[in-house]
Amino acid sequence: MKITCPHCGDRDWSEFRYGGDASKARPRHGTGDAKAWHDYYFLFDNPKGMHTEYWQHVLGCRQWFVVKRNTATNEMIGGGE
Amino acid sequence: MTGFRRIESGGRVDRTLPLAFTYNGKALNGFAGDSLASALLANGQITIGRSFKYHRPRGFLSAGLEEPNGLFTLGSGAMTVPNAIGTVTELREALAARSQNAWPSPDFDVMAVNSWASPLFTAGFYYKTFMGPLQKSWMFYEPFIRRAAGLGRATEEKGNQRYDQRNTFCDILVIGSGPAGLAAGVVAAQAGARVIIAEQDFEAGGSLLCMNIGALETWRADCVARIAKCSNARLVTRATVQGLYDGKQAVMSIVDPATGNVRLEVIRFAAVINAVGAFERPLVFPNNDRPGVMLAGALRTYLNRFAIAPKQRAVIVTNNDSAYQAAFDLAEANVAVTIAEHRSSSSGELLAKAAQLGIAIFPNSGVADVLGHPAITAVRLGGRHAVTIECDALGVSGGWNPVVHLTSHGGIKPNYEPRIASFVPGGFAEGHFGAGSVLGHFGTLATIRDGVKAAQQALTYLDLNDGEEIEFPAIRADRAYGIQAAWTPVEGAESGKAFVDFQNDVTLKDVKQAHQEGYSNVEHLKRYTTLGMGTDQGKTSNVNALAIMAGLRGIDVANAGTTTFRPPFSPMTIGAIAGRSIGKHFRPTRRSPLHDWNEKNGATFIEAGPWLRAWYFAWAGSSPETAYIKEMELVRRGVGIADVSTLGKIDVQGPDAAEFLNRVYVNGFAKLPIGKARYGVMLNDDGVVLDDGTTSRISETQFYMTTTTAQAGEVMSWLEYLLQCHWRDLDVHVASLTDEWGGMAVSGKKSREALQLAFPDADVSNETLSYMGVKDVSFGGTTVRLMRLSFSGELAYEVHCPANYVQSLWEHIMRAAEPLGIKPYGLEALASLRIEKGHVAGLELDHRNTLDDLGLGKMAAKEKPYIGKELRFREAYQAPDRWSLVGLELLEPEKKLRGGSILFAASDEIKGHGRGYITSVTWSTELQKFIALGLYQGGLKHEGEEIVAAFPLKNEQARLKIVSPHFVDREGARLHA
Repeated sequence: MKITCPHCGDRDWSEFRYGGDASKARPRHGTGDAKAWHDYYFLFDNPKGMHTEYWQHVLGCRQWFVVKRNTATNEMIGGGE
Repeated sequence: MTGFRRIESGGRVDRTLPLAFTYNGKALNGFAGDSLASALLANGQITIGRSFKYHRPRGFLSAGLEEPNGLFTLGSGAMTVPNAIGTVTELREALAARSQNAWPSPDFDVMAVNSWASPLFTAGFYYKTFMGPLQKSWMFYEPFIRRAAGLGRATEEKGNQRYDQRNTFCDILVIGSGPAGLAAGVVAAQAGARVIIAEQDFEAGGSLLCMNIGALETWRADCVARIAKCSNARLVTRATVQGLYDGKQAVMSIVDPATGNVRLEVIRFAAVINAVGAFERPLVFPNNDRPGVMLAGALRTYLNRFAIAPKQRAVIVTNNDSAYQAAFDLAEANVAVTIAEHRSSSSGELLAKAAQLGIAIFPNSGVADVLGHPAITAVRLGGRHAVTIECDALGVSGGWNPVVHLTSHGGIKPNYEPRIASFVPGGFAEGHFGAGSVLGHFGTLATIRDGVKAAQQALTYLDLNDGEEIEFPAIRADRAYGIQAAWTPVEGAESGKAFVDFQNDVTLKDVKQAHQEGYSNVEHLKRYTTLGMGTDQGKTSNVNALAIMAGLRGIDVANAGTTTFRPPFSPMTIGAIAGRSIGKHFRPTRRSPLHDWNEKNGATFIEAGPWLRAWYFAWAGSSPETAYIKEMELVRRGVGIADVSTLGKIDVQGPDAAEFLNRVYVNGFAKLPIGKARYGVMLNDDGVVLDDGTTSRISETQFYMTTTTAQAGEVMSWLEYLLQCHWRDLDVHVASLTDEWGGMAVSGKKSREALQLAFPDADVSNETLSYMGVKDVSFGGTTVRLMRLSFSGELAYEVHCPANYVQSLWEHIMRAAEPLGIKPYGLEALASLRIEKGHVAGLELDHRNTLDDLGLGKMAAKEKPYIGKELRFREAYQAPDRWSLVGLELLEPEKKLRGGSILFAASDEIKGHGRGYITSVTWSTELQKFIALGLYQGGLKHEGEEIVAAFPLKNEQARLKIVSPHFVDREGARLHA
């Protein structure tokens, strides 16, 4: 499987690491109570279908980026920053 | 009497190239072009193994990859290969094959008593016997069952096979080289596409190889020659596509014909054409496993491809038209043939041809029993015609199952197609195409047409040249394919074992029992009866099984569904998957820039994650137990030098660098003065400790961060994540220097003297370089960073510089400080010194502990925000009885303390998980006793209490006292000296 890095282009999946759900807004630094952080850190949907997520080209240029991935087929859209 | 004979002429074997091989030590001969199976049949070996559970005699059921019975162990000693499929093992000179699961021989097997004890082995046997109240009986039965059951055994010797892997790329991957695959391959290749055509057999042609039709052989040879002419195409035989993966990737295993070694290719394709064909399925009737009972198509293959025919008589039993072709070919080879036809009639054309060849047909009839032992001697029919017919072989055809395995790997479930009474692919992902009998299109001309069409579709999809038509073979039009599903035995059948899954010995009765006991879902059926779980993964059994289950449940086969298909398609040696990633190549080895020096100067190494680190040095002793103590004494009394190059090192630069670090670390970094270092701890968002380390301020906008060796990569990625994804307003850049820089710790009372000798022009006095002071000096043309840090608790420095200079810097310091008696010390002493000082390290920072658990809670800033602050204060993380850091002293001097020991209160029963455990342990040169760090329920609230450490593996217990984790120099006087 290949993943499109916005900087390097198509590369083998083994050069990347997964970085979690990118659809959730991280509370701004220094704000948010324990509940807000708890919900951000622990509560996730587990959709079958399109999922917005972070990936890092960790064995390449080290760019972090956001893609939409179909969790059923691994089809990926995006590679926008 | 059962028997097969080699016909004097014809077939695809090369009679001018005889091959000698052995079977169970016996010398036999075959020809080039034989499979192991055909060579054994030609030598009269009908019974070639015993079945898995009942040890019933078995012969070859098939002539292909789907074979459930004919498994062999090839080679011997370190080169042993178990479970080789005889029907697809190419015969080679000096091949040594042994039968499996039979002792002492397939013809006389002492374990056949299992046949009489068979009630013990019915469906759910494993569950009923070993689960529930009788669980412990598994312990008792296991060795017996493992010996008695089971297929071939792998060698325990280290083999010297070499497994290679490579990556390949193509526009179009064609899987299969039958009529559909060859046609697709020729069209795609001639259009200029980069094509790989993968064929698992050792000859290209698929079903064409088992026909005896001159025009088709001409067409086949022409296709192969055309493909060979195209430099952009590659036809690979002995190559099985084992899996189709997301993102247009396939894995193909290729067998080396000379050695049997397997090579793996990972193929990235732009389009794929599945032309994988279909497997014939057996019918279920009593004693359908007797040697000599074969798939009708297999009889035809042995006849036409390998020139092997039943000696005199064959019976064919069928519910469909395809088996007539086998009957006709056999009759034309002078075998007397009788057909038992499940249907009331078949087409007039077939009947006329049968009559012409003198073939008797019994309509509305099936097999009621198979007679003979060990192999078949006669067939008794049931249904309308209850006659007994003597025969050498019985050809069985229950219809054809398209090979939907690969098309299902992407998660697309197959659909039931009543027209062929079997499953077809449920669809294709983008860029995936199908052609031929995998789609349920039977008939040679139809499959060739399919192949051409699929190639043209793939070329269009890829925006390549249109494919041109190819010449079709001049053969008669395809016959229509008629079938009437027949899942269970005919009326009047005997009560003997009717096998559904041959390899796992699962019978019709087992399927019925599973249904009665409620395991009627196909996935449950599989687990309860082990049906479809063998090395053949149910290639001949699954469709029959789920159709029988559907019948028992009174639902349509379509609604019963299939089990999940997963790679590999066919059994593959694990070595091929591992490839060259074995031994020292299992993972990369990281070496410090001082590795060569350490090696030349008496270091023994130890693996620390991917790193090879100097463990201890020969000057101090020949075993770690004694050496590290001398090395510790060196540091406590004089001066030692240790390689710390493995630490993570990160350059943090930018106008907002101080603000960035201030957010990441729990303690303040905003006001860290230039020329000073500070110990910092960072948390994950969940409030658990991520890592610790020392960060120095080099200038207003530049910091030099160090991390633990283990977490270097994780911390770097985390910092990048924060900066790139969340804090894009911060003007900061981070760069890893872990490989680019290296360093050494110079530790001990005399370390300042050592540095003065090494850098006579630099001022390293206590006044200019006080505790936690940092200073860059220029030396020998490079920057040397002096940092007054201590991991050992002694007066100490870390000296870092670019990696290329580390060894010469190290040697320079060693030379300069020689009068002080400086010597190197290793990881064991390094770690022991920090235990005495009470510094936490990787064993304590295990991603489960909070700041407070580690006694570091006071470090955290009260006012400023930092990552993990909010969740750090969750109720459970503040509970008073959390396991937290304590120091431990051994009270019984004659005993030894071990890391991992479980801690109990003095009054506790020594049982279960206790109240904590020892994380790190060492002999203390200062205190002259064993000391340890550990986590204990309630932590230092229990300071002074006597507790017990238990090490159940060695049945040891020892009394300990809980003390402060800071064993030496609690006030830090040495650090500031």
